[in-house]
Amino acid sequence: MAHDTIAGLDALDLAAEAAPGGAGARAGRVWNAAWPKLAAIVIFLALWEILYLAGWKSLIFPAPGTTLSDLGTQLSSGQLWQAIETTLGRALGGFAIALVIGVVVGSLVSRIGALRQAVGSMLTGLQTMPSVAWIPFAIILFGSSTSTIGFVVVMASAPSIANALIAGVDYTPPLLVKAGRLMGLARLRLHWHVYLPSSLPTFVSGLKQAWAFTWHSLLTAELVVLIPNHPSLGILLDSDQQQADMPSTIAVMLVILILGVVVDGLFGLWNRSIQRRRGLE
Amino acid sequence: MPDATATKETPAAVTLTGVSKTYGRGAASVRALDQVTLSAEPGEVTCLIGASGCGKSTLLSLIAGLERPTAGEVAAGGRVALMFQEAGLFPWLTAAGNVELALRARGTGRAERKQRAAGLLETVHLGGFGKKRPHELSGGMRQRVALARALAADADVLLMDEPFGALDAMTRDLLHEEVDRITAGRDLTVVFVTHNVREAVRLGDQVVLLSSRPGTVLERYEVPIERPRRIDSAPVAELAGTITDRLREEVSRHGT
Ligand SMILES: Nc1ncnc2c1ncn2[C@@H]1O[C@H](COP(=O)(O)OP(=O)(O)O)[C@@H](O)[C@H]1O
Ligand SMILES: [Mg+2]
Repeated sequence: MAHDTIAGLDALDLAAEAAPGGAGARAGRVWNAAWPKLAAIVIFLALWEILYLAGWKSLIFPAPGTTLSDLGTQLSSGQLWQAIETTLGRALGGFAIALVIGVVVGSLVSRIGALRQAVGSMLTGLQTMPSVAWIPFAIILFGSSTSTIGFVVVMASAPSIANALIAGVDYTPPLLVKAGRLMGLARLRLHWHVYLPSSLPTFVSGLKQAWAFTWHSLLTAELVVLIPNHPSLGILLDSDQQQADMPSTIAVMLVILILGVVVDGLFGLWNRSIQRRRGLE
Repeated sequence: MPDATATKETPAAVTLTGVSKTYGRGAASVRALDQVTLSAEPGEVTCLIGASGCGKSTLLSLIAGLERPTAGEVAAGGRVALMFQEAGLFPWLTAAGNVELALRARGTGRAERKQRAAGLLETVHLGGFGKKRPHELSGGMRQRVALARALAADADVLLMDEPFGALDAMTRDLLHEEVDRITAGRDLTVVFVTHNVREAVRLGDQVVLLSSRPGTVLERYEVPIERPRRIDSAPVAELAGTITDRLREEVSRHGT
């Protein structure tokens, strides 16, 4: 009898849940999210065209059409693809190394009081330090090499990743920590089963910022640390500058912009899926 | 330290002897508990009631070992589990995952974990809801998952801190029946904190009334009412009336 009443109450409680929309509703949502972005791109191109037609710096400033067709040519030639592969590879590799270092350092600093006192504010200091400042140091250490670029990227991203984790750990609800402790979890197991998963939403939002640091520092490093015979987006930009090739310069800038936005968008998707699974939306 | 043979024969119980707890130091210190002496009998339900801020949660934290007493002695025989007013479920795990983690923390193997978690969810009538995440469940269902998780710890002492305070009356009544049923089937010593006097009488074998600021034991009532009980039955209401009068007397002492 009690069982039936409970089952009845449960059914009533859960009936209030919203029914999921069909394919039509989903298409509507996608369109709602997409049209402002499309409109912004159209407006941007229109302003650019107007600027061009107005004759501003007419000898060097290209029309959007010229630039886009230059971009098309470069995309079909192969060198741009190779550059994208090199640069993206470095970005992901550097980000991955920074992720490991950031998580280990962030875990230690967030959970060990003395360590936090010692280096907590230094991490924030490192985060605000411009990544170019690491370049001379890295060149003296590693010469003009991929290691130098990787080092600069890791130094730029890891502090921000560590800080994201620390923020996440600090946001862990005390009730959940208590619940974990009562189960008998302590130290590393408490960290692994409670603090880390609990900090994931904050951490992933922090990763978006860390990605921005990665992307900034990587292109800075690629422009300064020129490694011959290794086409990268930085190298392409540099040679465009040498030849004062404005359409190609803008084309490469567009590629950099788009890649940055796409990866940022992927982090956004990841973040939203976490939030949805936890009912935080 | 109780010797091992003694604890084997009698189920675990809780004894507090002259326990005081002061938070902080100096001028800013708060004396939460003063010279509390009480015992929870093995296999019985002890209900603690008192005005808000009288140190009920502190008392449970002391029994659970989350805090240390400033003076006196706390002895809880066996393993202790604690339930709060909020379920405190891990939102990144499913209902079954939450129960399984408690089993895993105790070193239960993977296959056995799955099976036992399913069984425990069945015990709290949530057999079909193992795959749901906490946010997809109602407050009462979450509290039942929390109960299953506490039972997964295979505790000898179950501490409950106003666990049904946020639930509607019908859900709460049903959960009272569940507590009766589950504790009757195990050798479980329960310490149940509430500020609802009727709930205390409905559930308890004894009801301990605490005074406020600092908390001390004011009165102890045996509850000789036969089970099954109903919260709206005459004997429950009568004893609850007596206790409420005493509680009011104590609270109004603070107003003058
Ligand atoms: N961690 C703490 N630090 C300082 N004071 C506390 C802490 N926990 C509780 N207190 C104080 O101790 C007293 C008793 O609190 P509590 O045990 O939560 O009471 P209850 O559960 O009966 O409402 C309150 O005055 C409260 O402010
Ligand atoms: Mg309380």
